[in-house]
Amino acid sequence: MKIHEYQAKEILKSYGVPVPKGGVAENPEEARKIAEGIGEKAIVVKAQIHAGGRGKGGGVRLVNHPKEAEKAAKEIIGMALITRQTGPAGRVVRKVLIEEGMKIQEELYLGVVIDRSKACPVIMASREGGVEIEKVAAESPEKIVKEWVDPSIGLRAFQANKIGYGLGLEPAQVGKMRNIILGLYKAFYEKDCLLAEINPLVLTKGGEFIALDAKMNFDDNGLFRHKEIAAFRDLNEEAPLEVEASKYNLNYIKLDGNVGCMVNGAGLAMATMDIIKVVGAEPANFLDVGGGATVEMVKNGFKILMSDPGVKVVFINIFGGILRCDTLAKGVTEAVREVKVNVPIVVRLEGTNVEEGRRILKESGLNFTVVIGMKDGAEKVVEALKAKG
Amino acid sequence: MSILVDEKTKVVVQGITGNEGIFHSQQMVEYGTKVVAGVTPGKGGQKIDGIPVFNTVSEAVKNTHANASAIFVPPAFAADAILEAADAGISIIVCLTEGIPTLDMVMVREYLKGKESGLIGPNTPGIISPGKSKIGVMAGYIHKPGTVGIISRSGTLTYEVVDQLTKKGIGQSTCVGIGGDQIIGLNFVDLLAMFEKDPGTEAVIMIGEIGGTAEEEAARFIEKRMSKPVLAFIAGLTAPPGRRMGHAGAIISGGKGTAKEKMEALGKAGVRVVRNPALVGEEMEALFKRKGS
Repeated sequence: MKIHEYQAKEILKSYGVPVPKGGVAENPEEARKIAEGIGEKAIVVKAQIHAGGRGKGGGVRLVNHPKEAEKAAKEIIGMALITRQTGPAGRVVRKVLIEEGMKIQEELYLGVVIDRSKACPVIMASREGGVEIEKVAAESPEKIVKEWVDPSIGLRAFQANKIGYGLGLEPAQVGKMRNIILGLYKAFYEKDCLLAEINPLVLTKGGEFIALDAKMNFDDNGLFRHKEIAAFRDLNEEAPLEVEASKYNLNYIKLDGNVGCMVNGAGLAMATMDIIKVVGAEPANFLDVGGGATVEMVKNGFKILMSDPGVKVVFINIFGGILRCDTLAKGVTEAVREVKVNVPIVVRLEGTNVEEGRRILKESGLNFTVVIGMKDGAEKVVEALKAKG
Repeated sequence: MSILVDEKTKVVVQGITGNEGIFHSQQMVEYGTKVVAGVTPGKGGQKIDGIPVFNTVSEAVKNTHANASAIFVPPAFAADAILEAADAGISIIVCLTEGIPTLDMVMVREYLKGKESGLIGPNTPGIISPGKSKIGVMAGYIHKPGTVGIISRSGTLTYEVVDQLTKKGIGQSTCVGIGGDQIIGLNFVDLLAMFEKDPGTEAVIMIGEIGGTAEEEAARFIEKRMSKPVLAFIAGLTAPPGRRMGHAGAIISGGKGTAKEKMEALGKAGVRVVRNPALVGEEMEALFKRKGS
């Protein structure tokens, strides 16, 4: 789960990480009031959306007076901000973060992620801040200092020192940096993060470190023990169909193609998208109704699939194991009867009681193209697309 | 032959009194698995279909000599169940649970270092040595005893591949679901090494997917250490970056962990990479024909 920058800063502040003075506003008046608290000096107005590249998209403004902050907020709130991560439609801005501007001497990077192959968290730091760390890793990996955390003892102060001196900081700066590193890691660990990142971490002309931007991604599997984090979820930032799917415990991800896919199991769902591409068509979505899908899940999945106007053909690919194909066939026919469907449906069923399942589909009187095998299915999908022109 | 489980493996089911635990214990027994015990704290002394239930895994091991465990315990308690199994000296721990917090698994992996126990999963359909035994939730009947070993990060996609093989008369030695999470127990490399040593396995199929670097690590291992042919399919060529594709571990982050990178790494290591998931069976058949067996 992702959260906003202002929320990440609230969390980090509570772990002793210095953040700029300021606050979040939902309208221009609030923005002005917060700016008045900062005073008549450099003020930054930042759009709050779950996407990077906000500055280049025009979502970050530097002003010098609370009245200008009010004006900037008025312009930004309500705009559809387009960045490299939002897609061409952009994301509507609903909140702005008003902060005191900093006199920046240097921009650094500090982040914590899980190293999957070493099965432990890793701290990464660099003096090449303000750009994507992946870019630094690809172009000049020697500029990144890494420290792996032993899960049995956690991150130790000496490791934070190693990072500071490894970056070539002055002894006085290392001490300040150490507290930020330890605070960031503590937040990462205690809140079940998958990523906690301060980028840039700025060194001000006054010699202080401050988290100018912050990003935290949380482990969905850990949210059950962090109600306060779960409350930060912002449904406005998610695609409406994906929100709807999540209510039914379905995994749905909207894509740009025209072949709607419904599959049980994540791996088979990805493989189904891939085979559609192999035969020259484009998947409209990823939809996993679960390895042990129920009739109800199939029905709900079908409704979500059909809410996407881009879908021209539907490909249902179910491998029934413990779940019987006849049960599934009943679910699919019920769903098609309930949801108005005016596109061809190609169904591939395999597994337990498959003959009975196929018979139910054929005898339903509904317009299914029942296929044997994924290859046959993908080819029939292409034929159906061609027939539609 | 086979790896990890066979007809002699004695299984204890952790969480045996839950719906999933009961149902799959019955299914496993029906397939021929020796389910010798169950564990649910507070329900020791009961019997489920004649299987004795104990309060702790160590009691179960003491009384039944169970050497493998199947974990059907809710996510919040599953990490503890794995630790308990390892503490009791279980050699193969199969954790079926989906949804265990990643940092819990970081701690589990740390605890397992230097221990004798091998962990399969979590978030896996389990292991099956066709005709002998299964520890997991897969439908037994689609499998057929034979000489192809399968290692997979996925559930139903594995059933798909197994089905393609079985329909062509190609049987399997052991099929292992290593799990779809970010942090798992035994990985491709560990299992490739086991299949390489197993005289009953002639070829291996790897079913990977986007996210992480396990397939790249496998490629390096295969190049240096594998004499048996390896076939691979990697799911997620069409997956968008930055999105979690169902499995917690299936995510391209920071442009890393793409299917393309994995396919290239495996291809360079001499692995036959199949791009069309419907053709894995055919490719395996062709591979056997070339080998002349």
